[in-house]
Amino acid sequence: MSRIQAAFDRLKSRGRKALIPYIMAGDPEPGATLALMRALVAGGADIIELGVPFSDPMADGPTIQRAAERALAYGISLHTVLGMVGEFRRHDADTPVVLMGYANPIEAYGIGRFADDAAKAGVDGVLVVDYPPEECVEFADVLKQHRIDPIFLLAPTSTERRYSEVAQAGSGYIYYVSLKGVTGSGKLDLDEVARRIPAIRQKVGMPVGVGFGIRDGASAARIAAVADAVVIGSRIIEEIEQSPPGEAPQRVTALLGGIRRAMDEGAKS
Amino acid sequence: MQMPDSSYTLPDDRGHFGKFGGIFVAETLIPALEELRLAYEAAKVDAAFRAEYEYELEHYVGRPSPIYHAKRWSDLLGGAQIYLKREDLNHTGAHKVNNCIGQALLARRMGKPRVIAETGAGQHGVATATVAARYGMECVVYMGSEDVKRQAANVYRMKLLGATVVPVESGSKTLKDALNEAMRDWVTNVGNTFYIIGTVAGPHPYPMMVRDFQKIIGEECLTQLPELAGRQPDAVIACVGGGSNAMGIFHSYVPHSEIRLIGVEAAGYGLATGKHAASLTAGRPGVLHGNRTYLLQDENGQIIETHSVSAGLDYPGVGPEHAWLKDSGRAEYVTITDDEALQAFHDLCRYEGIIPALESSHALAYAAKLAPTLATEKVLLVNLSGRGDKDMHTVAEKSGIQF
Repeated sequence: MSRIQAAFDRLKSRGRKALIPYIMAGDPEPGATLALMRALVAGGADIIELGVPFSDPMADGPTIQRAAERALAYGISLHTVLGMVGEFRRHDADTPVVLMGYANPIEAYGIGRFADDAAKAGVDGVLVVDYPPEECVEFADVLKQHRIDPIFLLAPTSTERRYSEVAQAGSGYIYYVSLKGVTGSGKLDLDEVARRIPAIRQKVGMPVGVGFGIRDGASAARIAAVADAVVIGSRIIEEIEQSPPGEAPQRVTALLGGIRRAMDEGAKS
Repeated sequence: MQMPDSSYTLPDDRGHFGKFGGIFVAETLIPALEELRLAYEAAKVDAAFRAEYEYELEHYVGRPSPIYHAKRWSDLLGGAQIYLKREDLNHTGAHKVNNCIGQALLARRMGKPRVIAETGAGQHGVATATVAARYGMECVVYMGSEDVKRQAANVYRMKLLGATVVPVESGSKTLKDALNEAMRDWVTNVGNTFYIIGTVAGPHPYPMMVRDFQKIIGEECLTQLPELAGRQPDAVIACVGGGSNAMGIFHSYVPHSEIRLIGVEAAGYGLATGKHAASLTAGRPGVLHGNRTYLLQDENGQIIETHSVSAGLDYPGVGPEHAWLKDSGRAEYVTITDDEALQAFHDLCRYEGIIPALESSHALAYAAKLAPTLATEKVLLVNLSGRGDKDMHTVAEKSGIQF
């Protein structure tokens, strides 16, 4: 069983929902990433989404753009990111790691070589923002052959036909983008999410995570009440940006811990 | 508008030109692109839509643009005869407006009251602001903050026309970052907003749609040149940044395999220096801005900053149809340096009394290289895609002159 499926099964048996934080690999500097990943686990992360920086992050808002620019200033490449995952994996055999990024760095690396090296490093899932299912049939197959889950996005604007297409191409979980717009913008429509998720879950037959626009315990708890996972990115990156040098790991653990508690208390009530 | 048959029907229904093109965007944009594709396909076969587009091109833009025989320059070069397709005489001074009118009419048809655009030097931004004023639409133009500084006159032009110009501070603060930001606006405001892309790049249907709105250039040439020169050209030459003026003049000639199609990329300070914008000549295939095409990228797949004296060619990608024309061998792609383009710029000013855009000067410079190697009865057709008034500051600065 894959680490991602094991994580969701474990949570289900305890009546809990998954908390999936996102950070950018190499932000604010390359040495910080490993400590931040561990801090996320300490704060209650069930799966970690690790951003692979790209020079032209078209689907991201200013916060994640800045994180990518900081990482790229250190020359962070896909190769470096895979090294970071390998290092994390030496100390943590259970927490799934999902890489999230854009197509071009992966194509430049080579799809086959990437799948080999990602599997060796202990990567569990890959979400390529600008690969819709119909443009990456071969890539999704290669990942699956390496027991890596290709993870796809669905949006409020997605059609029912689209649900089936991503169900076919994807595995692991579905990432539902809860608003129109880019990462970090603030127009989360909780009612819309609550209305959409049951239909999506039924259609895709795998867990549904919700992200984009979730900033605190209250919104996370309300999402957790209807979805299988809560994804938080920009808010964590802001916390890292605002932390004095060396304090980011504790502050990220505290932030995530608060969100975790709100989600778990919401589940009880 | 006449509609010559094309020997090929690319792109396919998902926007592929061979292995290039396609739709590489986040899921949030997929439905918007589908809505656009369906609206465009309906408009394309609607006689009223086509009639209005043609009316606007005739009465607002001033089409057909003439072809001019640059006889004095041809004689001085001592070889083939050079003919210029005068897109510089269009309203707003370049070919860009052909496409902006088509897309603005489509926006109106789709009930979108707000248009947005990206711009590098400001030409596409000015053309978009112009048609937005013409049709009474709200207009927001994204422009890299570096370009805002370098192109103050065009920024002012857009403001005069009623547009809001938003400086983009991310990445390299140039055209590619303006495009990223316009996409972000579109995905956030897709309900009331139409994104007018200025070149034959972006996700499907943009490369096809922009080509279709620009192919009037080549369609006119097909009948105009035989009337003037008594024959079809031996070669058609156009500069290529994103590639819209080149696709516009090439498209009708693609089935005429005896006619050479030559795209001219910007070699900047020279290909060996790495400071250039020659994506087809020196790049590798990859994925950027919604399509697969040739890109200037580093070994890690990060997009690199480009250089050209001509801001309109300063783009790290190129339209996917050019990538296909290159790989299929139907078109040839060559390069011209900043210095060579400037020489052609000065020559056309002095010998023909025409001040060309620096972009178009790249095509002129290659024609000037090629002409002397050919017999005097040979015919070269160059797309003079824009006028050079906007480049006064750049050229003066290169010559050590300050206003």
